[in-house]
Amino acid sequence: MDLTLNVNGRPREFTAEPNELLVERLRDGLGLTGTKVGCDTGQCGSCVVRLDGRSAKSCLVLTVAAAGREVTTIEGVATPGGELTGLQEALRQEHGTQCGFCTPGMVMALGELVENTADGDAPTEPEIREWLTGNLCRCTGYHSVVRGVQRACAAARAEAPGTDAVGDAMADAVTAASGQEG
Amino acid sequence: MTAATGESVLQGQGVLGRPLDSREDPRLLRGEAKYVADIDLPGTAHMAILGSPVAHARILSIDTKAAEQLPGVLKVATAADFTDVMPLPCIWIPGGVESHFPPHPYGLPGARPVLTGDAVRHVGDPIAAVVAETPRQAAAALAAIEVEYEPLPVVTRADEALREGAPQLHEAVPGNLNAYWTCGDKDRTDAAIAEAEVTVELDLVNQRTINSPIEPRGAVGDYDPATGEYTLYATTQGPHNHRFLLSALVLGIPFNKLRVVAPTVGGSFGTKGYLYPDMPLVLLLSKALGRPVKWVDTRTGLMNSTVQGRDHRQHVTLAGTRDGRITAVRATSHANLGAYPSTIGPGVATALMGRSISGMYDIDAAFCEVYAAFTNTVPLGAQRGSGRAEAAFLMERLVDRYASEIGMDPAAVRRKNLVPKEKFPYDNGLGWTYDSGDYQLNFDRAIELSGYADMPARKTEARARGKRLGVGIASYVAICGVGPSTRMSKEGMLGGTWESANIRVHPTGEVTVTVGSASTGQSHGTVFAQVAADELGIDPDTVQVYEGDTLKAPYGQGTYGSRSYSMAAPAIALTARKIKGKLVKAGAVFLGIPEEKVVYAGGKVYEEGNEENAKTFAELAMAMWYGWGLPPEIEPALDETTHFDPPDFNYPFGTHVAVVEIDELTGDTEVVAYTAVDDAGNIGNPKVALGQIEGSIVHGLGQALMEHAEYDENGLLLSSDLGHYALPRAFDAPFFALDKTTTPSPHNPLGAKGAGEIATVPPAAAVVNAVVDALSDLGVIHIDMPVTPEKVWRRLRGEAQ
Ligand code: FES
Ligand code: FES
Repeated sequence: MDLTLNVNGRPREFTAEPNELLVERLRDGLGLTGTKVGCDTGQCGSCVVRLDGRSAKSCLVLTVAAAGREVTTIEGVATPGGELTGLQEALRQEHGTQCGFCTPGMVMALGELVENTADGDAPTEPEIREWLTGNLCRCTGYHSVVRGVQRACAAARAEAPGTDAVGDAMADAVTAASGQEG
Repeated sequence: MTAATGESVLQGQGVLGRPLDSREDPRLLRGEAKYVADIDLPGTAHMAILGSPVAHARILSIDTKAAEQLPGVLKVATAADFTDVMPLPCIWIPGGVESHFPPHPYGLPGARPVLTGDAVRHVGDPIAAVVAETPRQAAAALAAIEVEYEPLPVVTRADEALREGAPQLHEAVPGNLNAYWTCGDKDRTDAAIAEAEVTVELDLVNQRTINSPIEPRGAVGDYDPATGEYTLYATTQGPHNHRFLLSALVLGIPFNKLRVVAPTVGGSFGTKGYLYPDMPLVLLLSKALGRPVKWVDTRTGLMNSTVQGRDHRQHVTLAGTRDGRITAVRATSHANLGAYPSTIGPGVATALMGRSISGMYDIDAAFCEVYAAFTNTVPLGAQRGSGRAEAAFLMERLVDRYASEIGMDPAAVRRKNLVPKEKFPYDNGLGWTYDSGDYQLNFDRAIELSGYADMPARKTEARARGKRLGVGIASYVAICGVGPSTRMSKEGMLGGTWESANIRVHPTGEVTVTVGSASTGQSHGTVFAQVAADELGIDPDTVQVYEGDTLKAPYGQGTYGSRSYSMAAPAIALTARKIKGKLVKAGAVFLGIPEEKVVYAGGKVYEEGNEENAKTFAELAMAMWYGWGLPPEIEPALDETTHFDPPDFNYPFGTHVAVVEIDELTGDTEVVAYTAVDDAGNIGNPKVALGQIEGSIVHGLGQALMEHAEYDENGLLLSSDLGHYALPRAFDAPFFALDKTTTPSPHNPLGAKGAGEIATVPPAAAVVNAVVDALSDLGVIHIDMPVTPEKVWRRLRGEAQ
């Protein structure tokens, strides 16, 4: 059937099979290969994109169900070869990525968490780990990712007007980061 | 200090050992890196593979006609299409013992054919390949292939496969025994055990696990009829090795007509170093169809086809004195090789495990024997920490059992038996000679950092909350830096295991390093640039690293056994020294002074005592490129290669302490604290090494607590997707307390030891020791992995294992 998908701020028109998965459309149909496929069962989170701002596993969404909605993929997060977002920069500083296969899904899932904290409470470490439940990583053991999120949240709060304890949040993140060096 | 701060102060000496940010990370974070599944060559056709639905059967007939008629289908291939193709070779044949594989690659009995035609031997055994216009069409056509099977009896356990009357897998391998392998001194060990004051025994199951890189495997074959050249893009951690195996041993095409490329690879942990049927298939079918052929596996496909790990059933014995001196250790192991010998699986199950069993301890008598058997399961291969983790598990469980038997603290028993510092190099009596170490220092640091002395108080406190707290220690020595080629030949390895590096200095002073290794996520591009920059005294940002492409890089064996930093990096350092040597000679000419007066430091050459008379690295690079005025004995240009074959392996080691809390009501086990002190010699980039240590520990916790490749009695893999095979998630581990000790290895110029996987070796033992500690007052002396809540809950209620 003919439909339109708004991908990374741009309308894309095409004909889709009724049983086509959003991840197939993004990767094979639109050539947006930043979104990864790691499993067949919605377990790994490598395929997470944002659908109308909320993170969603694109291997569990039919393309037709996304019609007319705003889809953001990793390609829509930072410009090619360009500046990294605060979250990406924080993950880079904490080396929150090794083979990188889980990374786009992590960035998409965590983006929502970091945005939520800019004007709310900083997430605690268990909250960050809870948020990461849907994303599997086999390389990092998650610790550097958690540190990266702490750093990103601290930075986001430092920039947001009117938040308290910015200095503390930053100090916590940095302590967590540096205290672990093997 | 780091590049992250935007400063570029990393000129010159001292770049190595610093926690530079990984230069690979930005493109990974932006989703820009190209993995195999992202490669889209013009005209690509798509392949799907039909895997057997049953574990063991004779194939009576295969009918592909209906499948061939389906829309988009270009070709359906079966074994009959590849009668002139050799089976996939096994190149690690346990050395020096009776083995059913002659040391010749062709026609190995039991070796896996590209497609099976006579019988299937495990669920997922590849029977046919379909190529179609789209991946969906190819997958759909699989269902239309009709195969008639005559079911055969199934066996999935190594010990059962060796019993009289067990189902037979390969006609040429009677009794399913691939190898009976031993190491150590049997008589001496038996005698020590017979005479001992105390002996303890355990029956252990080191369960089969699935390595589970998050990227499944994939391959793209591209044959060029104009040149007769083949290109394979594949999820490989050893592109040069795969080139050798595929061209010379399987396809019979000239070595120089095959190019193998590893693009970005999404984790491997051992599994992507193996030769799989899909690799020759995409090449052969690309040639047959005149188009690139691409195959990307699914997760379920991976679980039924990619090599699996561990899988030993063991009877182990330790002997000692009443006052805690260990006198002997003996292990009998039944190792499950699966249905076919994988590329190096038999070596993993024997030498890597057996020669490691005595761990960090100075033991007078040790012996290990392994029966390696074929069964109706996925072939066995390496898995992060392979062999060494299985060895550490058995030894560290035995030490705790022994400590409890003689009523001594497990830490005290270990402390008493560590190999003393003055005994290095230390011959462990099982075939390894440990290069260097200060085990006491390492051990004491781990015990102190873990707060071991406070554990009794913590146990009492936990009890008040309805929790049982347990503490477990595990120490290990891990053989890394494979390796010395001659030594590996004695282990039965067919092929060299050295590593190489090339450095090319361009006229502009920029530097290209190419290595035979191939990263699967270890930031080689960053760390190897640090090595070259450090030696040459230049800015690492001017150094570019290429690897993973047989066309660009010299030979090399790839990434496995934590060997890249202790094999490829030394090759780079030695090559940089050749460049420096040449620059000193040329510098004498350019500076107009005798060679003895030339100093090379800080990225320039200058006259000793007169730093004004100097040439920078960039000036020298340009001058060498022009080549003007060079005497005949100095060739122009700067382009050097080193093939590094170390005198022996290296032996990292460490001590980990796990603290668990068990919920009395649910049996749930939580790791509440974890301390690891590892010694990997000199470290090139602490940030990169830290990430690998953390990831490794979580991998090990996975085996202890949740991972299990479980087969039913029909040989069906029950845990064949991530809904049924549990992997650790972010909340499964607390932050770790980490520290390191540093004893450089004398076997390479960087003093490096393996690091990437070493911290996977002890966690399973540490956690199970902790769980047994927590349950010891109930009479529990062992609990099999994975330590699931149900198992613990039953033990809490007094049920037997
Ligand atoms: S690919 Fe979607 S969750 Fe794994
Ligand atoms: S970085 Fe490799 S899976 Fe997460």
